Amino acid sequence: MLPVNQGSDFARESDFIYMSLFWLSVFFFVGITFATVYFSWRYRYKAGRVTPHQTHNTALEVIWTVIPTIIVVGIFFWGVNGYMKFAVAPGEAMEIQVVGKQWLWTFEFPDGTRSVNELHVPVNKNIRLVMSSEDVLHDFYIPDMRIKRDIVPGRYTQEWFRANDQAIGEHVSTCAEYCGKGHSDMHAKVFVDTAADFDKWMATGGTEYLDYAPEAWGKIQWDRKGCSTCHSTDGSQNKGPTWKGIWGTMVKLNNGQSVLVDEAYVRESMMQPQAKIVAGFDPIMPTFQGLLRENEIRGLIAYIKSLK
Amino acid sequence: MEHTLTQGTTTGGQGHSEKNYLNETTGIWSWMTTVDHKRIGVMYLVAVSFAFALGGMFALLVRLALLNPQHTLFGKHWVDQEMYNRFFTMHGIIMVFLFIIPSIPGSLANFVLPLMIGAKDVAFPRLNLASFYLWVGGATLALVTLATGGVDTGWTFYTPYSAQSSTPVTLILLAAFILGFSSIFTGLNFIATVHKLRAPGMGWFDMPLFVWGIYSTAILQVLATPVLAITLALLMIERNFQIGIFDSRIGGDPVLMQHFFWFYSHPAVYIMILPGMAIISELIPTFSRKTIFGYRAVAYASIVLALLSFLVWGHHMFVAGESDLANVVFSALTFLVALPSGVKIFNWLSTMYKGNISFETPMLYALSFIILFTIGGLTGIFFATLATDIHLTDTYWVVAHFHYVMMGGTVIAFFGGLHYWWPKITGKMYKEVWGQVGAVLVFIGFNVTFMSQFIMGGRGMPRRYFNYLDQFAPMHMYSTFGSWILAVAFFITAVNLLASLKYGAKAPANPWGGTTMEWETDSPPITHNFHHQPVLTHEPYDYRPREATRV
Amino acid sequence: MSTSTADLQSNPQGGPLHGEHVDDRDHHHQSHFTTMEQQFDTSKIGMWLFLATEVLTFGGLFVGFGMMQNRYPQEFIEAHEHLQRWAGSTNTVVLLISSFTMVMGVLAARTGQGAKCARYLWTTVGLAFVFLCIKAYEYNHKFEEGLDPGYFYHHKGDLIAGSHGYSTFFSFYFMMTGLHGLHVLIGMVLIGWLATRAKRGEFSSVYYTPVDLVGLFWHLVDMIWIYLFPLYYLIK
Repeated sequence: MLPVNQGSDFARESDFIYMSLFWLSVFFFVGITFATVYFSWRYRYKAGRVTPHQTHNTALEVIWTVIPTIIVVGIFFWGVNGYMKFAVAPGEAMEIQVVGKQWLWTFEFPDGTRSVNELHVPVNKNIRLVMSSEDVLHDFYIPDMRIKRDIVPGRYTQEWFRANDQAIGEHVSTCAEYCGKGHSDMHAKVFVDTAADFDKWMATGGTEYLDYAPEAWGKIQWDRKGCSTCHSTDGSQNKGPTWKGIWGTMVKLNNGQSVLVDEAYVRESMMQPQAKIVAGFDPIMPTFQGLLRENEIRGLIAYIKSLK
Repeated sequence: MEHTLTQGTTTGGQGHSEKNYLNETTGIWSWMTTVDHKRIGVMYLVAVSFAFALGGMFALLVRLALLNPQHTLFGKHWVDQEMYNRFFTMHGIIMVFLFIIPSIPGSLANFVLPLMIGAKDVAFPRLNLASFYLWVGGATLALVTLATGGVDTGWTFYTPYSAQSSTPVTLILLAAFILGFSSIFTGLNFIATVHKLRAPGMGWFDMPLFVWGIYSTAILQVLATPVLAITLALLMIERNFQIGIFDSRIGGDPVLMQHFFWFYSHPAVYIMILPGMAIISELIPTFSRKTIFGYRAVAYASIVLALLSFLVWGHHMFVAGESDLANVVFSALTFLVALPSGVKIFNWLSTMYKGNISFETPMLYALSFIILFTIGGLTGIFFATLATDIHLTDTYWVVAHFHYVMMGGTVIAFFGGLHYWWPKITGKMYKEVWGQVGAVLVFIGFNVTFMSQFIMGGRGMPRRYFNYLDQFAPMHMYSTFGSWILAVAFFITAVNLLASLKYGAKAPANPWGGTTMEWETDSPPITHNFHHQPVLTHEPYDYRPREATRV
Repeated sequence: MSTSTADLQSNPQGGPLHGEHVDDRDHHHQSHFTTMEQQFDTSKIGMWLFLATEVLTFGGLFVGFGMMQNRYPQEFIEAHEHLQRWAGSTNTVVLLISSFTMVMGVLAARTGQGAKCARYLWTTVGLAFVFLCIKAYEYNHKFEEGLDPGYFYHHKGDLIAGSHGYSTFFSFYFMMTGLHGLHVLIGMVLIGWLATRAKRGEFSSVYYTPVDLVGLFWHLVDMIWIYLFPLYYLIK
């Protein structure tokens, strides 16, 4: 009932407390249920039986008040202890900016590299996430690390973690504070990389693209970079123009002019979305400058081309 | 101590008067203008039953939408995210504000409490009627909101999303605002009633524990609900006039809104559970035929729960942006508030020990309560513990926890009480077998629905999530199946109860052998409750052999 | 503790349960109460509980104001300079006097002096009216200066340009004094109604509950102003 992965020491500690509470609860639950069932059977109705007039027993009341009190006080301190490890970020940490917006995540690394819906962190390093929101409440939750913190618009909130060797690989993150329509679409992938892989990714965005034909790689960007929140590939209405069948056609802009949908237009739309607005749509598209690598842009262009 | 019959009439109310509160006056106008607490209780019962059915329908829709990750039914897409967000929001709002908070106080307590203390009515009968009409007003606005598309903010209305959403938020806030006053006036009425209208001889520690529970609830209703009122009012004003208190876009503080909201809404969950516990304190002694163990402990536990509940609201906000110090303080206080509930469970079990237990429908519900509320309460500990709260908050673990306490607790207690007092209210006996079938099915269906949600939550499934990872598909499916079992169970229960109105056997005054005062009068009671002013002559829940035996 | 059944049947000392009126009862006596005293005590409990809810409602607003003051200390200080102290002070005195006249009215009702009671109550109404007039004047002054609540705020010349603090201050000012003013208005209507009943001689030592209860309400209205006034007008 817990995630299989224990991605960090805090995850291990959180799980240990959880499992301890679990078995403690099982103990009490079994005891109470056993008493309920056993008493129901043992003292089932017999006509004429007279029940004893037991009104109270002060000693018993004291016992079953004091013992649970002692237990919960113990749990309280244990919980605070564990919590403090989560709450107080270590001094030495790599700071990554996390921005939540309806309905995708962007991450900015110390050297300025940015990514959408894809967080890479080096293993065995303290990572401090400095989080902000562009619109409503969000919450960045990485189940495998057992960390979670709301993101409140108008201020910065923080959380930190340190991935361990067992965590190398891909993890899920979710938004854990309801934020409207696309709340359940806010899944960013969290990659825990070896130091070498991490450096490589920072430099080139990895070599994943080599495994795919351009249109297929473009389709993967369509999923990962959040394009689907505002566009569609099947002709249906959304906040932005559909991609189906637009390649090579003329589209009408809101200033009356028409423009051909070609490589230059698509690239400009992604880098400077406010430059040309298709008639009938609002100028709400954010820029993907710095968020799309060259291979990703080429992939998206190929994908749009393929959508007849 | 000498123990004598307390019935004023020699027949003990077995022979019904021709006239009772149901038929003494006829016509819809006599009901609409009634100030009889019994009639008002019946009207509330009908009202909250409709609310439960409506809220339940939304629950079924929520679960149906999550049946599979593709959100299809027989291969067809029938729901999208926007619809889903409205389903779970309306489910929460209707269940919390239209059903669970008014349910026991408005219906069962309204009917039974004055009878239990030997009074003719509540302290302020006209205010009682006003409470009911305020409920109707709030419910009407909620229905209008539904008709205009429903809202999608979640029942917690967090800003800034609730200030921005294009759904009819102001309307539903107004509905909840009005419903709040219904609750306040009910609480006000009960406090005054319990203080001043007890029968001669009935001191505070002679009252049935049900009264203690309702009294504790009433304190919360009076003191906590006004804060909800002002929160909702500020939210309405913020949304429409942009005063800049809660909306971050204009300089407001979303976390402040959460503080305001939970300052009421945590006591609110005790407004929900205390009446449920109050019912259980009646059912266990009656069906164990044994005096309640630890009367004073249970009575004090109710009051302590009510008072402590004001101090723990921050535990809903451990990851929301409170200071660490605040988190530590709220965690400590939350552990304290867990203790009185445990005391009650132990006392109820001790009541059953060496009892003489039978398993009519009300008792089956009471036993379900003990088991399910224990799970609900124990799982609360995981949230009080700061370290584990981080992982579990805002996941399905929370959803499971609160359904175990609210549904496994209050709703089950409500049905237990409903079956227990049904003969008194209607003068009819329902069919026992079907009642028991219903109770067992509710227990099974409930666990199938919600147990898997603990597992999903622990594995990281967030709440209010429409799209979910494939790994959660099997558990979502089980959960949806469980909801269907629950639907069948409630359907059987409803049919059984309604059928008894036409086909049920005539109920005697005291079908269960209860010792509290409501059983000393007719089933159903005459309009003025008792033929002669009852005087209390025995300890509460005294099952030592007396002349009166189980009928 | 125990009572024999014979007593119960022959002497329903607990009062007629079938709603039959006994001739020497006060016609205000509601049938579910045993005695007028019980009825009066119960009504008082009800009113005190209601006042508790009022305190909590206004309390929420006070807390909200406090939080916002914490957020915008400079703006709140600057904004409150626009409030007219003479108006607030006068209103405070007016309300205090009205509480006095209300008390005198309750006393008169309790001693069956209907005409005197009515005079005191009408005086109270009059003072409440003065309060509202001064309030109206103040509001008008604010509107003229553009110191409107919420997004209506359009005052020029604020020191910290673009800050939401000023409009938030006035939002709270209008909400709290507005809600208070609404209670003053409701009080006026209730007290006026009582005054007409008093003139008709309805109140005496046996029954003066409404006057007593409305008196309690009026004192709360006064109390809330006692807290509002320094918070808005005086605090630096």
